[in-house]
Amino acid sequence: MKFKALFGLSVAGLMATSAANATELEVTHWWTSGGEAAAVAEFAKAFDATGHKWVDGAIAGSGGVARPIMISRITGGDPMGATQFNHGRQAEELVEAGLMQDLTEVAERENWSEIIYPKSLLDACTVDGKVYCAPVNIHSWQWLWLSHKAFSDAGIPVPTNWDEFVAAAPALEKVGKIPLAMGNQPWQSNGAFGVMLVALGGIELRAKIFEQRDAEAAAGPEMAKVFKAADKAREMSKDSKVQDWNQATNLVITGQAGGQIMGDWAQGEFAVANQLAGEDYSCLPGLGVNEVISTGGDAFYFPRMDDPEKTKAQMDLASVLVAKTTQVAFNLKKGSLPIRGDVDLSAANDCMKKGLSILASGNILPDANMLLSPDTQGQLDDLMVEFWKDMSITPENAQQRYAEIIASAD
Amino acid sequence: MSGKSRPNQLFRNLNAKIASIPMILTASVIFFGGTLWTIFYSFTNSKLLPRLKFVGFSQYERLWSTNRWLISIENLLIFGFLSLIFSLAIGFLLAVLMDQKIRFENTFRTIFLYPFALSFIVTGLVWQWILNPDFGIQKVVRSFGWDNFNFDPLYDAEIVIYGILIAALWQGTGLVMCIMLAGLRGIDQEIWNAAKIDGIPSWKTYLLIIIPMMRPVFVTTLVLITSGIVKVYDLVVAQTSGGPGIASEVPAKFVYDTMFLKQNLGQGFAGSTMMLLSVLIVLIPWAYLEFGGKKRG
Repeated sequence: MKFKALFGLSVAGLMATSAANATELEVTHWWTSGGEAAAVAEFAKAFDATGHKWVDGAIAGSGGVARPIMISRITGGDPMGATQFNHGRQAEELVEAGLMQDLTEVAERENWSEIIYPKSLLDACTVDGKVYCAPVNIHSWQWLWLSHKAFSDAGIPVPTNWDEFVAAAPALEKVGKIPLAMGNQPWQSNGAFGVMLVALGGIELRAKIFEQRDAEAAAGPEMAKVFKAADKAREMSKDSKVQDWNQATNLVITGQAGGQIMGDWAQGEFAVANQLAGEDYSCLPGLGVNEVISTGGDAFYFPRMDDPEKTKAQMDLASVLVAKTTQVAFNLKKGSLPIRGDVDLSAANDCMKKGLSILASGNILPDANMLLSPDTQGQLDDLMVEFWKDMSITPENAQQRYAEIIASAD
Repeated sequence: MSGKSRPNQLFRNLNAKIASIPMILTASVIFFGGTLWTIFYSFTNSKLLPRLKFVGFSQYERLWSTNRWLISIENLLIFGFLSLIFSLAIGFLLAVLMDQKIRFENTFRTIFLYPFALSFIVTGLVWQWILNPDFGIQKVVRSFGWDNFNFDPLYDAEIVIYGILIAALWQGTGLVMCIMLAGLRGIDQEIWNAAKIDGIPSWKTYLLIIIPMMRPVFVTTLVLITSGIVKVYDLVVAQTSGGPGIASEVPAKFVYDTMFLKQNLGQGFAGSTMMLLSVLIVLIPWAYLEFGGKKRG
């Protein structure tokens, strides 16, 4: 009996020592487009350099496809080493149920509360004073990407704001271009609408609707203007017959479409296609009307593991993700902004610099994912994609249903 | 053996009974238990994780006022009705044609059955490209000179469900044909001879003699097709991902998205309970007719 126990112990010890050298950690994420894959490879490289091993678990098909898989793996008892979520409320219940690893130890050791800027990013990771995720980048939705080729083919100057863009639509159509590229994924329609809401309706209106859940404001005349503009926008995008967001971005890159409302992750696609900001394409933050950006983005969560070796590797990964060098390498490839204000991004291009200066000036908003539950976001997604693709729904009708969802939001 | 009294019914075929215990357990605990659990929790307001906070029928009220659910149901009805009729009709017709002692029957059978070897995901992707106006049929026909030819089902909210139906039929009729063909081959040649002697034309023989004789084959096929219809999910995901807008959503996709994407289990459970209910509404009268009728002989 004693012998057996001893034997077992030594085997366990042996396994532990061999594992200490290279603990494999499976990391799931939905970064699969060209620019994204290049960026995530930077993380893998940095993590492997610490002596652990990054096992890549990319899930194709954007967050809408990937998140259910991740969540069912965590709740089903087959957790991965680390997983991407968007900042905010997507993993809220998983944290509350105690399924996520507490990172407070790393966060305090490395002084996250001081280096992470803006602070709202860390707040979104904090539940009851404990830190549960490592933010890795800031993404903002409020961008209009414009193809210089499309406008020069149409013989008109590149617009500098939304109104000029709308006015340029007939000229684009005349030369067989799609004025506005738009994919068919529900989050794209809702996201683009959110951009129009803050750019054309103003920050206050957005705050009333997303933060105070003011259904009256959502049904009001200010909002009606935004819906009118969206009605125009869907008209401009009706010939855009692609599914994924990067296919829509590709229409802009190749000059088949005039522009696209999409978050700054689109920038990675332009970079992979060797396009230069300011020469081949332009970007207008806040649609050129209202220069603000929302500070959403991605964060890594670490499901709780029984194996202490894995937990240690998770802590190491968390620290690597936030480190200066990884932040620079990753964000330059990804086209997103770093989560700390003290890094040097002189290699950044025009568009990223615009983003950085808006960030520094403090014209920032919390991301919709931080304010609304996935349930509410999903309902808005469904409504907006229906509105965007089905011309028989009037703006008035859509606005009324929008207000109903806001009224019952949680 | 012969001298003993009749063995206890419980121990007859004991080996077979022991062997089926795992399946009985699976069926009762996992299927039946899981079903009851789902129905039970559909009356709670569970979000990402199940929790016991009862809200009565409010999940169902929300479900039936959700536009996306109503569209899903409508799509399922159209898709189900048409795919049932067409796959039976086309499958049977193909089987009859195959049964005419044609040459290269093996080759044709393989060609027709081949799509069935592909998963719905592959089928959906293939037809997404074929029906894409910029690459597929529309483009080909236009390049022949018909410049005004319009065939764009996947991006037209009104007819998108028919685009999915085409793909489903392409994939599924081969199997129906094979089962029907097996049924046709099972009909005794004597019956054909008798019909011929009586001078009955062959279409009439098929319609009035052969089809009634093939009733069991039809029932099997019917069950296969119907179960496929209710759970249709992957085809839609691959072909349109529910679009344009939400015009090609189906209930199974609604349930999955609600449970895992919107992190609203209660609402998803309500949807899946409604799906179960709709299956039962179809199944119970059928089972009653099928098995209740036997007793009368």
